Amino acid sequence: MKILVCISHVPDTTTKVKFVDGDTKLDTNGIQWVINPWDELSLTRALELKDDASTGVKSVTVAHVGNVSTEPTIRKALAIGADDAIRVNAEPADAYFVAAQLAEVVKKEQFDIIMCGIESSDYNNSAVGSMLAEFLDMASVSAVSNLKIENGQAVVTREIDGGKETISVPTPFVAIVQKGIAKEPRIAAMRGIMMARTKPIKLYEPVACEALTEYVKFEMPKPRAACKFVDAENPKELITLLQNETKLI
Amino acid sequence: MSVLVYTENWEGKFKKLSFELVSYACKVAEMTGTTTTAVTIGEVSDEELKQLGKYGADKVICVKNENLKTLDGQLYTNVIAQIAQTEGSKVIVIANNNSGKAIAPRLSVKMKAALGSGVSQLPLSLSPFTVFKRSFSGGAFAHVVLKTDTKIITLTQNSFDIVENSKDAKIEKIDLQVGAPKIAIKDVQKQTGKLLLTDAEIVVSGGRGMKSPDNWGPLVELAELLGAATACSRPVSDEGWRPHEEHTGQTGKIIAPNLYIAVGISGATQHIAGVSGSKYIVAINNDKSAPIFEVAQYGIVGDAQKVLPKLVEAVKEVKGK
Repeated sequence: MKILVCISHVPDTTTKVKFVDGDTKLDTNGIQWVINPWDELSLTRALELKDDASTGVKSVTVAHVGNVSTEPTIRKALAIGADDAIRVNAEPADAYFVAAQLAEVVKKEQFDIIMCGIESSDYNNSAVGSMLAEFLDMASVSAVSNLKIENGQAVVTREIDGGKETISVPTPFVAIVQKGIAKEPRIAAMRGIMMARTKPIKLYEPVACEALTEYVKFEMPKPRAACKFVDAENPKELITLLQNETKLI
Repeated sequence: MSVLVYTENWEGKFKKLSFELVSYACKVAEMTGTTTTAVTIGEVSDEELKQLGKYGADKVICVKNENLKTLDGQLYTNVIAQIAQTEGSKVIVIANNNSGKAIAPRLSVKMKAALGSGVSQLPLSLSPFTVFKRSFSGGAFAHVVLKTDTKIITLTQNSFDIVENSKDAKIEKIDLQVGAPKIAIKDVQKQTGKLLLTDAEIVVSGGRGMKSPDNWGPLVELAELLGAATACSRPVSDEGWRPHEEHTGQTGKIIAPNLYIAVGISGATQHIAGVSGSKYIVAINNDKSAPIFEVAQYGIVGDAQKVLPKLVEAVKEVKGK
């Protein structure tokens, strides 16, 4: 069984973002780039499955759409333990474009399970995984918080409103994963970092595809009114304020 | 030409989210000079379907088929695409929740229609068709142009006020031919009767400042008195003090209640990312310099253990309990 983990390259999640060129572009100055948190958790789960011989998982590949500047992020995934990587050499124009590129990769390389994070922490579109599945005419399960392989069959848990469903899915399929899929992201060890240097990154040139959306402007959240403090000895005043000003209590 | 709005139903019932979606779609229909068609999948009574008319649906289509009993992204996408085609819909509105995320992106590929997801306002302009959406996990908002003739919008829960717009909606019940689902549900675990975190108007949330899982009593009591749902920060769910379903924040649940009460939560960027859409934030924390006070409108600097019981008493008093 072969697993593909799709990874996105995003600003560190503590970044206070700023914009340039009349608020049309992200100011990349000083940004630390990381693997998108949900993709990192997917990778961790994929590697856990590979570590368990009973699952029959033979390899874990990562795929990414980005230009050469994103290679350190791919190397990080290899250092964490992916066997090999694929980079589609293109600027990720939008989710539709990225999914179209990844679909070509999957068609050529063939995988049994394709894992995508449910969302990327930069553009928050929650789109690439399901789009990829549709391009491939493949089943997908969204909001997956657990993925197991039992007797060669994939069993996933998905989150629904107020509960969970356990589902069996025939391979190949796309698992769109959320929190819970792995406890903590796996961290690269020194040995992994050394080995990552020699692991292969296969290069794909992009296929022609037009983006369907365009980001034309960014704006910062409106500043909130300054905090009104209430004395800790008299919390009743807080309730009175909430009653009068918010009318919610 | 109608604006098409897909709303799921929960065991045959609609909820506030459904009415938000229909209200939003109806406004977009007004802007574009067309009507609103709502679609739902499953067994729903005529009376319940009529409810959607109250919020502006001119027509309500209810699709029923044995193969559509549980959410299968592929099949549901086929159904909505077929209806969008017959209705000639140029704008399709879907919720930005787990089911919406399983359907909308697939629909975007199937129909080659641009997707604007996590939208929180009416379109900023119709030509070019520009939507306003959350980006950088709440750190910014983006104006996104949807370039195709047909557009798909996923709407953020609690971002659009419901508007009554009473219409006598025409009800159509149809059966559509769809294939067999590829996925098979083996087991369902559901909590019933519990207010869902994502649906709650008021949320009371605890962080590491609560110090121990044994200290949650007054927090839960406060939530019950306020008709609120309970939530927690990531360290709390990681420690197993509270179930992970309660984790709000960037990688947990992203919520936008009217009132968010953060108790013993310092307000790390990742936590704020999950709650910044709240209308009002109240913070109770013993550290006056905690970042949570930068986003809160009301604050108490004090120890959670001492403040909570007093708050509970104060709420009991005003609620006459």
